[in-house]
Amino acid sequence: MNSEALSASLPRRPASKSSKPFQWDGLLPKLVLAPSMIVTVVFVYGFLIWTAVLSFTKSRLLPNYTFAGLDSYVRLFENERWLLALENLGVFCGLFVPISIGLGLFMAILLDQKIRAEGFLRTIFLYPMALSFIVTGTAWKWILNPGVGLEKFVRDLGFEHFRFDWLVNPDFVIYTLVIAAVWQSSGFMMAMFLAGLRGIDDSIVKAASVDGAGAWKLYTRIIIPSLKPVFFSGLMILTHLAIKSFDLVMALTGGGPGYSSDLPATFMYTFTFSRNRMAMGSASAMIMLMGVMAILVPYLYSELRRKKHAP
Amino acid sequence: MPLRFSAALKRGSIYGALIGLALFYLGPLIVMLMTSFKGPMDLRTGQLISLPQELVLDAWRIAWTEACTGVECTGVKGYFFNSVGLVIPAVAITTFVGAINGYALSFFRFRGSELFFGCLLFGCFVPFQAILIPMAQTLGFLGLAQSLGGLIFVHCVYGIAFTTMFFRNYFQSVPMNLIQAARIDGAGFSRIFLRIILPLSVPMIVVSVIWQFTQVWNDFLFGVVFAGKDNQPVTVALNNMVNTSTGIKQYNVDMAGAVIAALPTLLIYVLAGRFFVKGLMAGAVKG
Repeated sequence: MNSEALSASLPRRPASKSSKPFQWDGLLPKLVLAPSMIVTVVFVYGFLIWTAVLSFTKSRLLPNYTFAGLDSYVRLFENERWLLALENLGVFCGLFVPISIGLGLFMAILLDQKIRAEGFLRTIFLYPMALSFIVTGTAWKWILNPGVGLEKFVRDLGFEHFRFDWLVNPDFVIYTLVIAAVWQSSGFMMAMFLAGLRGIDDSIVKAASVDGAGAWKLYTRIIIPSLKPVFFSGLMILTHLAIKSFDLVMALTGGGPGYSSDLPATFMYTFTFSRNRMAMGSASAMIMLMGVMAILVPYLYSELRRKKHAP
Repeated sequence: MPLRFSAALKRGSIYGALIGLALFYLGPLIVMLMTSFKGPMDLRTGQLISLPQELVLDAWRIAWTEACTGVECTGVKGYFFNSVGLVIPAVAITTFVGAINGYALSFFRFRGSELFFGCLLFGCFVPFQAILIPMAQTLGFLGLAQSLGGLIFVHCVYGIAFTTMFFRNYFQSVPMNLIQAARIDGAGFSRIFLRIILPLSVPMIVVSVIWQFTQVWNDFLFGVVFAGKDNQPVTVALNNMVNTSTGIKQYNVDMAGAVIAALPTLLIYVLAGRFFVKGLMAGAVKG
């Protein structure tokens, strides 16, 4: 979501202050909202608390409400597989987020040069967003498979020692996730940057060109800095996406080889539903929630502040 | 003359880069499509990037009716229709509830309504891992575990935050006077909704339907956790099919299955891309 869209979604004063809330039908709107309210309180907030409670217990296959303190958190952070999942998330985020933003910006700038067939190209760059990560994973799994995909293709071209076995190499498998995720999500960043570029005041750009600024200077000094809000929302959205990444890992690598491409989301799933370690699974889910909150709270706060100080 | 040459070079390199990028994005889809039309011979001798020697529809037939998705070998057909049966009610309910919620929140403010909206919005960001276990327990308690009804319920519960946000933001641009005038004419809450608001919201209804359709159809996490064996959506079945290790790996069948699972959302994207992008920009908080 671009920043305007997000700020529009934040609480706002009534459109016109003179219009008092209607007194008639006073109950009906509340009645209409009541089910959603109950659902939100129970299934979002109630469940978060429930998961938090479970993380402090000894639950395994079934919930067991014997209080165990921070036991499952201690175990979690002693668990090699969890630490690797966190490290993987760090690597994944550190590559996926900047590459998607960079590639998206690059494509948006190229498309903004009065390009013929712009709409057509935009459609091509963005279509992966309509696909399920499972479909994306299936396609890339085949392309990246050393025995039948890209490696074999290049070898058959005559480069017999060409190696591209990242998918089955525990040290490199995490980068295959980056490739597929960038492929799927960078078009979205392109759309956001393009919307940002089209929103820039023409007169500023014209004034700068009259002053003799070249294209490079124009972009690095004026246009790109004015896209700061898009960078910021992109950073937040993509990081959020990375923390939640689950489908793509399941389809492309299944967390393997071994557990070398595990991410927190797949760790949580495996430990809760296959290994019957419910308390540890809950603890890992709470850590994921904290991660999301850590990027969300400053973002919402800055959006709110920006609104308050806006004229 | 040198100036014009360098300008042409610049234009050329811009188009070159754009075409190169287009190939990168189209590549996997082309590979999927080409492979899905290959026969077993073609698959063995052919290349990653090569046209099928002859168009064979076998892989599509096998993926649809015969391929093994785990123990059962009935293709993705049944699961495809599971997804259809899941998407239609989930999209209809969330869009309707979102529209009426957005209407109530925009034009009938009461003490705490903004706070409620803020709380609802937070629901868009929650990593679903943090609600999976309680939901599994609750569905079991309600007797909805491993049922299509349960899965529809889950998608509705976590979909209304989005649809409500869509409609509430959309209604910000509808003037309050319009509602007041209708009120003076004697129209009530539901009459105003049906006669004035709904006809005004058609573009947003389209955005919401497309967004929700894409979200629910492409979902994997809820499907794999809550659906059970018989009610799996097509994404889960596809993943099982690709990871079934019995027999020879039939990549052409995998690719045909992937295209089948992707077809509905791809079609919507091609036919109504404008609305899809609108929903994407408005709903991207979910990431």
